[in-house]
Parts: sequence; C-alpha cells; structure tokens
Amino acid sequence: MTKGLQAAAAAASLAFLLAGAAAAQTLTMGVGAPVTSLDPHYHQLSPNTAVAQMIFGGLTGTDGSARVVANLAESWRAVDETTWEFKLRQGVRFHNGSEFTAEDVAFTFQRVPNVPNSPSSYAIYTRPIRQVEIVDSHTLRLRTAVPYPLMPTDLANIMILDRETHGSATTEGFNAGPMAVGTGPFRMASHRNGDRIEFERNDAYWGTRPHWQRVTYRMITNDAARTAALLAGDVEIIDQVPTSDLGKLRVDQRLALSEVTGLRLIFLGFDHSRTEASPFVTDNDGKPIPQNPLKDVRVRRALSMAIDRAAIVERVMEGAAIPSGQFLPDGAFGHVPGLVPPRPDTEAAKRLLAEAGFPQGFRLTLHGPNDRYPNDSRIIQAIGQMWTRAGVRTSVEALPWTTFIGRASRQELSSFLVGWGTSSGEASNPLRNLVATADRDKGYGASNRGRYSNPEVDRLLEAGMRELDDAKREALLQQATRVAFEDVGIVPLHIQKNTWAMRRGLAHNARADELTRAQDVRPAATAGTAAR
Amino acid sequence: MTVFLLRRLLQAGGVVLVMSLLVFVGVFAIGDPVEILISPEADQIERERAVKALGLDLPLWQQYLVFLGKALQGDLGRSFVFNEPALQLILQRMPATLELALGATLAALVIGLPLGLYAGLRPHSPVSRGIMATSILGFSLPTFWVGLMLIMVFAVQLGWLPSTGRGETVEILGTRWSFLTRDGLAHMAMPALNLALFKISLVIRLTRAGVRETMLMDYVKFARAKGLSPSRVTFVHVFKNILIPVVTVVGLEFGGTIAFSVVTESVFAWPGMGKLIIDSINVLDRPVMVAYLMIIVLLFITINLLVDITYSVLDPRVRLEGKS
Repeated sequence: MTKGLQAAAAAASLAFLLAGAAAAQTLTMGVGAPVTSLDPHYHQLSPNTAVAQMIFGGLTGTDGSARVVANLAESWRAVDETTWEFKLRQGVRFHNGSEFTAEDVAFTFQRVPNVPNSPSSYAIYTRPIRQVEIVDSHTLRLRTAVPYPLMPTDLANIMILDRETHGSATTEGFNAGPMAVGTGPFRMASHRNGDRIEFERNDAYWGTRPHWQRVTYRMITNDAARTAALLAGDVEIIDQVPTSDLGKLRVDQRLALSEVTGLRLIFLGFDHSRTEASPFVTDNDGKPIPQNPLKDVRVRRALSMAIDRAAIVERVMEGAAIPSGQFLPDGAFGHVPGLVPPRPDTEAAKRLLAEAGFPQGFRLTLHGPNDRYPNDSRIIQAIGQMWTRAGVRTSVEALPWTTFIGRASRQELSSFLVGWGTSSGEASNPLRNLVATADRDKGYGASNRGRYSNPEVDRLLEAGMRELDDAKREALLQQATRVAFEDVGIVPLHIQKNTWAMRRGLAHNARADELTRAQDVRPAATAGTAAR
Repeated sequence: MTVFLLRRLLQAGGVVLVMSLLVFVGVFAIGDPVEILISPEADQIERERAVKALGLDLPLWQQYLVFLGKALQGDLGRSFVFNEPALQLILQRMPATLELALGATLAALVIGLPLGLYAGLRPHSPVSRGIMATSILGFSLPTFWVGLMLIMVFAVQLGWLPSTGRGETVEILGTRWSFLTRDGLAHMAMPALNLALFKISLVIRLTRAGVRETMLMDYVKFARAKGLSPSRVTFVHVFKNILIPVVTVVGLEFGGTIAFSVVTESVFAWPGMGKLIIDSINVLDRPVMVAYLMIIVLLFITINLLVDITYSVLDPRVRLEGKS
C-alpha cells in the first residue's frame, strides 16, 4: 500500500471514529427480565445483580467466565485456617465523593442481614463471617468459625455501600434514586419501575471507564417484542434471544450476535424420597408399583441412556446449548474431564430395565415448567417420546412455574425437569444445593427436590468445603461430582448458551453468568482501530 | 336516591370482601410465593427467614385477618417484590393505563361512528359490506397477534413508529402523561389502536344497527316529509338518538379496557397496571394482586353506578330501585 493510500485510510478511519464517538455515546439496551429493586441487598435475582454491578461494586468480582477477580479489594489471602485478609483499593470514591474505606465494608456486612421484608436476602454470603476486624483504613480481616474457602467467591455478591450515605437507607430510597450511590462505573440518573432505568457514566470511576456516556436500560419482557424492538432500531442490544429467532437473526446483515456457553444446567430430578410407591409411577395396568423403581440405579441409568441429548440440543434448542454429563462446562472450577453423558442407546436401556426387573417397562409421568427455561415444555415432550421408545410409557405434564416448583419442592412428583444456574461458577455450589443430603443445619440440599442422598458425596463435599488449597479442593469436588453422576443422582441434559443480539458495529463481552451490563458493550470499530 | 346509593355501596363492599378472600385462597392454592421469589442459592435457614419476613408463616386465616385489619386502615400491604406499598405501586402505573384506555376509547368513537353511520345509511353499497366484513376481523383476531403484526409492519418494516415502550412524558400534578408530547403520542399510537380494535368493531355494529332501526321510525319519516335536508335528518334526528346506546356500551367497555389491557401492555412493553399485574402474577406477589383486583372491582362498580344515575337523569321513565 502506498503512503498516500495509508494516510487516506487512516484519515478515513479517524473521521469514522470521531463521527462514531460523537454520535454513539449513548446506548439503549433491551433486557428480558424485569429489575425489581435497586437496593443491592434486598432481592437476590440476576437482573438486580446486573444493574447493581453497574452502580455499585463488591470487594471481589467475576469475569466473563465467572472466575473471581479483584474489584474493590486489590488482593486477599488466607492468613490462617479461619481468617481471610483483604487489602482494599486506595483512592476509590463513591458517586457523591465520599471515600471508600474498610469502615464501609464493615457497615455493609452489618446491613446485609438486616434489610426489612427481604424476600431473598444476601445474608447467606455474610453468615460465615463471625467477626470483622478493621486492621487499618484499607485492610480488613474476616474471621470465620470453620475454614471457609469460598469467601472471595461469595463476596462478589455483596455490593459495598457507604457508611456515611447509607446509614438509614431504605429499599424505597434506593428505588427512588437518592440512595442509589455506589462506586460503580455508572450513576443512576432515573428509574421508572418495570419500564426503564437511565444511567450516566461515572467519570471518576477507578477502573476502565466504559464507553457510554448515557445508557437506557429498558425492560421488554415479551420475547417477540424485544426482538422487534431490536429490528426496529429502538434498542441496540437485547439479551435472552429466543432460540426460534436465532436462525433469522444470524443471517441479518444489520445485526451481530454474541454467544457464550453459560452456567445453567438443565436436568431431570427423580423421586428418591420414597422407597415404596412413588406417586407418578405405575405398572402397565395403571396400578401403583409397591417398590419405587427410581431408587434402582439401573433404572435411572437406563432412563439417562434412553435420552438422545444431541438431538434435543439440535432440534429443540436450535443449537443454543451443549449436551452435558455434569454440572459445569469445560474450563470451570470443578469440571470433571471426560465425564460425558452416556451414548443414546434404546436397546441397552431396555436390557438394563429388564435386569432391574422391568422387562415390560412401567408407566411414568414426567413433569416440567412451561414458562421458565427456553423450550422447557418441548424438551420434556421429546424425552417422553424417547423414554416411551425404551419401554417406559411416559406421559408428560407441563405446568406454569408458579404451580410446578412448589409441587416439586414438596416431593409430590416422580420425575421432573428443572434448571440450575451456578452463578459462582464453581462446583461446590451445585453439589451443595442439588445432590447433597438435605440438612437444614449444614445448609445442604436446599434445592435437592428429589431428596437424593449419598453419604460418599456428602463426605467428599464436606472435605472439599474445608479445604483452602485450590488444587486439593478442586480434586475433592471433582470426585464428589463423579460419584454423584455415576450413581445418576440427577440426569444432566444440557448447558444453555447465553445469546445477545445487537446492531452491527457493537461488540459485546458475553458473560457466562447471563448478566447484561452496559460496561460489557463497546463500539466494535473503536476496538478494531485501536488494535491496528 | 340515598337509600339506593347506600345499598350500592354496601354491595360494593361485599364484592370487594369476597374478591379479596378469593385471591388469598387462590394464591395459596397456586403455590408458595417464597419458592418463586427466593434465590435458588438460599439455604433452609434463609428460606425460613423469608417466609417469616413476608408473614407467610401464619395460618392462612390469620394472614387474611391481618390483611383485613390493615386494609380497614387503608393499608393494602407491601409488595413482596418491590417492598413498596401495593396501592402506591398501582397508582403510579395507573396514568399510563388510563391514557391508553382513553386513547383507545376515543379512537373507537372517531373511527367507529362515521363508518357505522355510513354502513347504516347505505347498507347495500359495496363499501358498507367491506366495512362490515372488516369489523368481523376486529372481533375475531387475537389482540396479541395483531399487536405483533402492527409492530412488524409499522416499526420494523416501515420504521414510522417506535416499536415498544412509553415515550417522553410531561409531569402534571405529580403524575406523568405522555399524550402531551409528540414522542409520547408516537409511542401511544400502536398500543392504543390495538386496544381499540375490538371497540371500533363494536361501535360500527352498534351504530349501524341503530341507524337502520331509527331510519324507519315515524319521526324520521315525518322529518323527511317536512322537507328537512337529508344531512339535518341524519345528524340531528337520527344521530342523537343512536348515540345513547353507543355511549352506554362504550362507557361500560371502558372498565373492561382498563382491566384487560394486560395483553396489549405486555406486547408493547407499556408500563401500565396491566403489565404490573401480569408480572406480579408470575411471581405470586399477593399484595399487588389483591390491591389491583380491589381497584378494578371498585372501578366497575363506580362506572355501573354512574351509568345507572345518568340513565335516570336522561330518561325519566327509568326509576332507580329503592326510591319508591
């Protein structure tokens, strides 16, 4: 290329850049799930977390692949078995100019469990902390009763508030605006409940300043309307792209997609709570079977084997998922290399069923939600057909989530489809919640709706939960995972991919934890030119 | 008159009471709000705390009595989700729904009356037949689908109107209204039309039937025999008389429009009461559901009452019960 051409190209790209910068400092986002509260300690819910991470900041944070990274704390270490020390970042200020210090962290930990009327509080993350010791204005020691390796992971969920500003802050104060003051990259400009939130850039932000001066965060819960808003140019990026629209959006020249394997596993749970008859299992004549067949690992293995996961992912999910044989995708902490789902094999499944004493199969009702996960009711229909082919005559019942989940939690169902989003991105979380023996005092198995119980899994998990050494902990968690899945405690189906669609010319750093945040979006042209 | 009003008020109180009881039992039967609201990560201790914090640990009848006691003092409870008074949440959203419903009603009259009048005066012309055939579509097409089609055509393909949401608003007396700005009107056009579609058809049919009936009346024949101009006959003698049933039906429909704007609001992401109630039902936010239904019941009762009173004023032949 000649010098002249190069100069012309440079001038052109500079002009483009300037024009782009002047015109495109505002961003309008369309999100599918409503934000219910701007109080970062009131209602633990992904959309609330996404917005909280724009306004506030935690001691730690997570990157796009859900790995823990430094945030308001620069570094941390375990001083001894039961003490964590956090070194806080210097010179950070809240939006109102107030300085961020260790006092604010101590104040925050005090507020978290005491937010009135909270339907889902963040206290589960602060409960392990027995004592908060302020060493100096920017050093903090947290003491726990037992070794607690998850401290840095858990603290990514706790947004730090200002002791001076938020002393008597109420949830209403946050929602109305005056209390929505944090250390994050954006300030809240206005909030219209259930409609939109407007943000302005915090130019004094300590980290990388986001590109956008103004951001409008619109909540468009209807899938078709959200896609239409993007196509009409009313919003520039949308999340939760419906799988049925993926094909059309992929070929649209005006649009670009960003996609990442998520952390949400879709799986089937079985009734482990009854040794006698299970409510939705009968023999072929419709009479109850005195012994619950689902307690037999051969039956569970046969049912898992009868499922063609690749077909479900391809046909029902339109490719927006990956088949999985365990909790987490490759690369996550605790992923077990080589633990893959069984190859679909109807004949082998029939043989296993015969071996378990059901050569003629039996009848089963598979339940699932119809308004919760992408294509949920179609997935259970597909599985119903696959099971029926293997000899277990399955009827399928899809229910609204509000009705379904209560019944599943009360152990009223025999087999059911649910999902689990491992927001922490590491394996102790699904192990503890989904397959550990339900135990109130340990806080284990709170979402173990089938009441699966395996002492070996519990033992390995407990050992892992006490292990501060990352490598040793990961090995223990991997072992626990392996045991649970070889015993087919639950039947993993697939891990969803998270998809965003945006106007061409934007680049988005897709997050495994499904959060939609303005700081993850930037103009693609700027990045491209800068790289040249 | 006073006795009539008193009796009506008592009836209204009874309906509200029964309705609140139904919602309480209904939500209880559907599922457990805590199960829906709580973070999946929450352990058993946290779940117990949440159940207690929302007052759901008491037996249902006690929960209901607590609610009644507070309701009598004007407190309909706080939303589980937003931690704000349910009544305040709904009243905040009310202007958006009201202006949408008013816009739709206005559109129904402006479009429906002339078309109905034309179809009534020239029942056999092809245009009239066309109008009547199209009005069938207005009755039978689902609003949900029509809304999406409107978006696809006017927002996505033609780009004339914004696809969803409420536009710029102006604050008057503490509430936000969007019909006073250009941007607001542009945002309102499609949802209002979508909501009006059914009513337009209704008005067309009512008007047409009224006109055809009235045209045969003796006084119309007499007016014509007297040599009055056709336009005077139409607009003074016929039109006035058919207006009474039209206005009555549209008035009654207004309550329904407010209560059932749910679908339109959710398709167009219109931040009104309908969208609030749908979101609240999805998470079993009982205080908001109860408060919303109470407001709707009161609305219907008030509108019915106003219609009855207007009738007795307009038509001396109608006597209000209880007067004699």
